[in-house]
Amino acid sequence: MTPEDSRYAKSHEYVHVEGEVATVGITDYAQKELGDVVFVEVPKVGSQLEAADELGSIESVKAVSELFAPVSGEVIEVNEALALKPELVNTDPYGDGWMVKIRMSDPTEVDELMNAEEYDEYTETESH
Amino acid sequence: MSDQPLKKTPLNQVEHDLGGKMIDFGGWELPVQFTGILDEHAAVRTKAGLFDVSHMGEITVKGPDALSLLQRATCNDVSKLQDGRAHYNGLLYPTAGFVDDILIYRMGADDYFVVVNASNSDKDFEWLADCAKGSDVEVTNRSADYAQLALQGPDAQRILQPLTDTDLASIKYYRFARGKVDGVDAIISRTGYTGEDGFELYVAPSESPRLFRKLLEGGQAVPCGLGARDTLRLEAKMALYGNDIDETTTPLEADLGWIVKVEKGDFYGRDVLQREEAEGPKRKLVGFEMVDRGIGRHGYPIVDGSEEIGVVTSGTHSPTLKKAIGLAYLPLGKSVPGSEFMVLIRGKETRARVVPTPFYKRSVKEPAS
Repeated sequence: MTPEDSRYAKSHEYVHVEGEVATVGITDYAQKELGDVVFVEVPKVGSQLEAADELGSIESVKAVSELFAPVSGEVIEVNEALALKPELVNTDPYGDGWMVKIRMSDPTEVDELMNAEEYDEYTETESH
Repeated sequence: MSDQPLKKTPLNQVEHDLGGKMIDFGGWELPVQFTGILDEHAAVRTKAGLFDVSHMGEITVKGPDALSLLQRATCNDVSKLQDGRAHYNGLLYPTAGFVDDILIYRMGADDYFVVVNASNSDKDFEWLADCAKGSDVEVTNRSADYAQLALQGPDAQRILQPLTDTDLASIKYYRFARGKVDGVDAIISRTGYTGEDGFELYVAPSESPRLFRKLLEGGQAVPCGLGARDTLRLEAKMALYGNDIDETTTPLEADLGWIVKVEKGDFYGRDVLQREEAEGPKRKLVGFEMVDRGIGRHGYPIVDGSEEIGVVTSGTHSPTLKKAIGLAYLPLGKSVPGSEFMVLIRGKETRARVVPTPFYKRSVKEPAS
């Protein structure tokens, strides 16, 4: 199930908002498409990002894919656990597999993103 | 790509039923994975995995001139084969570039069974048929008449033996026998593309779905997809046509000198290979591992300052070694183990090092006799 308390980008990142902080990772659909993740590269804490900037990259065994910032702001935390256990992206994408936390400079950007139902419809059409 | 519908192997429905994640692989709909590449890879290294490789092509070469045709068209010495033995070989153009890399099985003195890459099967057949003109030999494309199942891993013999009267222990590496597997006529070949012990079975397409399910019974072998096939073959440094070798690469450049037998007599590309043997090839396929974080993948350039000096042909995360490995063409002088070089990964120079290959070699364990 796609969590209803988060918002989704077309490039398959999710944004879970608490106050002005957005927790970003990739969706369950995305992790399944990628397969076994072997490492995640994300920017350093303190980096300033604009929405749609490249946020990093995810290497799975079979391919690499880019990660995009769904919202603008400053990276205030990165998930250090992924350095040792990148498979958390596969096993718990919405929980322990999160990637970065961004302090948003423009929280209204979240409204541009899809809700769970819209995202499910989007992946449904993309996979056919 | 073309709008042609994807070709399907006789196991397509079984693969859908087993939850295979299907992809377009050179025009064939095949599973890239079932449960996951890492799981499937580990199963083959430690137990057993079952692959559908029915997309591979089969060409028979029969007649009094069969041997001379194959000697002329390939670089390995086909005259060294005996009945019941197979070998790896290169089908070459006069430039010494690969038409394809192939397996040749000797069924009889005038009867050879040639296994070729799926995407090359029509090209190979036409090339061989063309080379055969004027000779007393019949070249036939039998690709549609065979399904191919590869049971790979240390448990392969134990799983397969109860299903056949053929004594599998007597089939050594790169040998084969004809027999019945679960009542089905099969060529049982102790070969594979994983670096592990195992068997490849050539059977009638109509029989293959039942046999595939039978081999999975009891869960001793797990179904595996193309993803694990690629990581397994790369760890064992087995070349992939279209990635590591093609019509522009020679067997000596590809570090396949062991299949080049210039002393056997004339064959297409021999003069080029003799020159390369004397002078050394200009570039060489080497194994590398990443020193910096990243994975050098197929097509990534290798740079020295502003100059492009080579290219990555295959790269992945090695599930066994748990590091990034790959194959690349480098100038001969930079191809010795320990040399470092820079791979351009999405615009960023990333350090890698030439290492000895294969990356993985199974501990030699003679099959129980």
